[in-house]
Amino acid sequence: MFVINCPYCGEREQSEFKAGGEAHIIRPKQPTELSDDQWAEYLFMRKNIKGVQFERWIHTHGCRKWFNVVRDTSNDVIKAVYKMGEKPPTK
Amino acid sequence: MTKNLRVKTSKLIDETYKISFKFNGSTYYGYKGDTLASALLFNDIHLVGRSFKYHRPRGIMTAGSEEPNAIVQLHNNTSRTEPNVRATEIEIYEGLEASSQNCWPSVNFDIGGINNFLSPVLPAGFYYKTFMWPASFWEKYEYFIRKSAGLGRSPTEPDPDIYEHKYIHCDVLIIGAGIAGIVAAKTAAKNGYKTLLIDEKPYLGGSTIYQNSEHFKINNQISSSWLEKEINEIKKIENLEIKTRTSVAAYHGYNFLLARENLTDHIPLEQRNNKIRHRLLKIRAKKVITATGSLERPLIFNNNDRPGILLSSAIEKYANFYGVACGEKNVLFTNNDSAYETALSLYQKGINVEAIIDNREETDSKLIKETEKNNIKVYKGYTVVDTYGYKRINKVSIMQLSKDGQKVIGSKISILCDCLGISGGWTPAVHLFTQSGGKLKFRDEDQVFIPKEYSSDQISIGSCNGDFTLDEILSTVPKAIKKFLNLKKIDYEDFEIKSSFNKSKRNIWLLPSDKILGKTKPFVDYQNDATAKDIKLALREGFRSIEHVKRYTTTGMGTDQGKLGNMHALGIISETTGSKMGELGTTTFRPPYTPLTFGTIVGRSVGEYFDVSRKTAIHEWHVENKAEFENVGQWKRAWYYPKNGENMHDAVQRESKAARDSAGILDASTLGKIDIQGTDASEFLNRVYTNAWSKLAIGKCRYGLMLNEDGMVYDDGVTTRLGENHYIMTTTTGGAATVLGKLEDYLQTEWPELDVYLTSVTDHYATVSVCGPNSKKIVSQIIPDLDFSDKNFPHMSFKNAKIGNINCRVMRISFTGEHSYEINIQANYGKSVWEKCMEAGKEFNITPYGTETMHLLRAEKGFIIVGQDTDATMTPIDLQMDWIVSKKKYDFIGKRSLYRSDTIREDRKQLVGLLTENPNEVLEEGAQIVSDIKKTPIEMLGHVTSSYYSPNLKKSIALGVVKGGKNMMGQKLVIPMENKQINVTVADPVFLDKENKRLNA
Repeated sequence: MFVINCPYCGEREQSEFKAGGEAHIIRPKQPTELSDDQWAEYLFMRKNIKGVQFERWIHTHGCRKWFNVVRDTSNDVIKAVYKMGEKPPTK
Repeated sequence: MTKNLRVKTSKLIDETYKISFKFNGSTYYGYKGDTLASALLFNDIHLVGRSFKYHRPRGIMTAGSEEPNAIVQLHNNTSRTEPNVRATEIEIYEGLEASSQNCWPSVNFDIGGINNFLSPVLPAGFYYKTFMWPASFWEKYEYFIRKSAGLGRSPTEPDPDIYEHKYIHCDVLIIGAGIAGIVAAKTAAKNGYKTLLIDEKPYLGGSTIYQNSEHFKINNQISSSWLEKEINEIKKIENLEIKTRTSVAAYHGYNFLLARENLTDHIPLEQRNNKIRHRLLKIRAKKVITATGSLERPLIFNNNDRPGILLSSAIEKYANFYGVACGEKNVLFTNNDSAYETALSLYQKGINVEAIIDNREETDSKLIKETEKNNIKVYKGYTVVDTYGYKRINKVSIMQLSKDGQKVIGSKISILCDCLGISGGWTPAVHLFTQSGGKLKFRDEDQVFIPKEYSSDQISIGSCNGDFTLDEILSTVPKAIKKFLNLKKIDYEDFEIKSSFNKSKRNIWLLPSDKILGKTKPFVDYQNDATAKDIKLALREGFRSIEHVKRYTTTGMGTDQGKLGNMHALGIISETTGSKMGELGTTTFRPPYTPLTFGTIVGRSVGEYFDVSRKTAIHEWHVENKAEFENVGQWKRAWYYPKNGENMHDAVQRESKAARDSAGILDASTLGKIDIQGTDASEFLNRVYTNAWSKLAIGKCRYGLMLNEDGMVYDDGVTTRLGENHYIMTTTTGGAATVLGKLEDYLQTEWPELDVYLTSVTDHYATVSVCGPNSKKIVSQIIPDLDFSDKNFPHMSFKNAKIGNINCRVMRISFTGEHSYEINIQANYGKSVWEKCMEAGKEFNITPYGTETMHLLRAEKGFIIVGQDTDATMTPIDLQMDWIVSKKKYDFIGKRSLYRSDTIREDRKQLVGLLTENPNEVLEEGAQIVSDIKKTPIEMLGHVTSSYYSPNLKKSIALGVVKGGKNMMGQKLVIPMENKQINVTVADPVFLDKENKRLNA
């Protein structure tokens, strides 16, 4: 069980949070103009990599805020935490 | 007692405090400080149990938590009975009762011992290979196999003890209070770190504390005396917490550890009442120092398992710590210097050592010289080839080892003995380190795995890091701590160490014998009776991975998890297959390090199911009126109200009829309620519901359907516009939390520009729903000031009102198809409003109804229940609810998915009504629907989702999903049941009042 540094509340146990899948998948602004394939790409396709992954997490049992986490899925080391709308760290 | 095996007073044992206990029915005594094992040895008892497979007599092998053999049942046939307790760990107390396991009728005469003689036909994988044919016989085999499986007996009565969980946060956690751990704890605490020191033993000091030899000195003091002073000092440090009898069970990522603190297992039963027995510590440490020490290895040779064969270090501990001699004629067998330490300790205490058999041919050290000087015969370059004595060792035979160590040469020499100490060197206890995600490396010189890469902020120090000797420990540990804690200086920099230990070792994983391997029994896993033969057999049969060999032979799968023999199993595999140890890897070290009781794991969560049970404000009334309840999510909902011994069917028929004929009343408080405010509230609803919301007038209600982005129905409910920028949304009972979560998700991540605020108000309001042709008469009685005319208060509208002087919201909405009102009032007035309605409705026979009747009534109207008539594969089009999907709106959640190639298929499963040929036949929910049962394979067209007998229509009605059902109106289908086929006709899902006349009746 790891510790997540919630950008609003500080360090809390993982059990207070819920993972919300890959981050930075933006809902298309004009879905009706997309082909089935393009829509399917948004709807279904998610990365599941071993290594550094950008993820969405929510502090369910805390501030209920969504935010982004950069986590190495192979060892759960969290490299960065940043708020929704903020730019992802490049390094 | 014939012998006095209590050899010399040990300062760690209180000889003035006698304790009596029972073992296998006989009474013995020991002293305060004794473990069951030391007390049994003091009473000259070595035979403690029988092995798992062959039922061979087994004795005490170790003096610690690695014990494989001496496991006993405590307090048999009582509520406190516990199996598989290690005699080497349990401290004796007045009234302790222990008995042997895995033997019948007794440990001395065990019928199962016959397996020992059958062992040639019981090789590894015997059960897998034998009981496979014929397959149908398994049930017969199983009975006998189950009977002989398992060690010990679990209690059958409820556990009388109390357990608890506790969180601990500290700066530095030190696991193991041996010399390395003590040095670390003192340093950390003195430098201001909030420090926690944990040890599984009842005392501090590890193995150094009973080292009492001139050969091991620190600053010119005997090592144990030096350490004792250190211990006395650290006990006074304020920011250092010390927990003994506490075993770390698991080491997870981010320095999160679980430990079991044992609080009452060492005190008499009658003193345990109302005390906490075990405490599960959930420790989050900023830094962890692992100082878990090392475990002595056994040696693998023929018949190495007899009672009276112990680890050499255990014999030393029994003598030095407990003051007990394990035998009167001791022989030691070793491949390193450790056994000489034991020999000298025994000699010092006047315990006879007959001989030392050393694998090493050319070796010399101060310890060996001293041993020989004391006239103890040392056989260099020899090995034990066999042992004798069924229930206690009485003789060993030894032979010389060949140069390469693969054969024995020369002639056999026999040595009489009653105790054999074995030492195969030391294995660092890296279990916790690897659990934490650390990577190991193999050190070839002494054939050990040691820590290489850490996964979190931690270090391993002392012998668990492969630094075994006193001088190595004291030269490496302070440096490591200094670096780890970033200290400028450390107290322990200048030591004068005297350590006579020579590190040379001759490692032979499987020692040769004069007999062929097939005729010998060299045990690798003592508890599970896995021998070197079994491992070689597994390799011959093609198993290669250590994980596979482990499971096939059961090596390392006992309650001791192979703490003694796993390394030898690896070694034998490596030698046999020619692969390198470092490349083979190890089996996974899984938590817990030592077994935990179930009580420790569950803590206080015993008795009633530990889950939130939500009750409405009106719950008490339902209980008083004998409602049956059903669980809906966490809610307890009134299911039906049986009267005069009615069964469920009769009650539901009565309730349903009353609700349509006159008036019914339902507690709808459990529906999720979300308060939505903000200038963009209407736009937000437009985006989350399939229909349009902008034009909904203030004071009006609208039904909405919510989809997932994949187009599938997710939730539904009525939302009311309370003001220009204020709505109240209702959700399904079970969906309340997830709907709020989903809406928050979109607001925070996709549409942060929207000015919308969501608040869950489910618990704030009680909701009383009154329906039926007389509902208006009833509700208008309790809210006399409100104009209930259809003009002022039409269907799908809402009014603010007052009951007495309490504000409430009244919605005229209906889930039954009847004229009905929902009164929402501050929750604590819920019961009184309910009672007022009951009072006012008396003359109209107002009938309380539960969820079952609600389901029936809505099914008559063809209203869906999300989650019953839908699963995650139904679109609104599939539900024939096209009318609610806005064609004008540019976008809403799920819109694009409604015309994906899959969702526009004509042959999707679609919701339809089903009428049975025989109107009295009620279908089973979940039953399959087919068209033709003669054509095989039979094509499954769909299934029944809701089914009831309607008392209002006087016939059976059902809803179901059928492939292409929309275009099958009037078509006949078949529902095949176990003994019959039921003919049904596809019908409109609205069975009653298609024109909605009742809404305004």
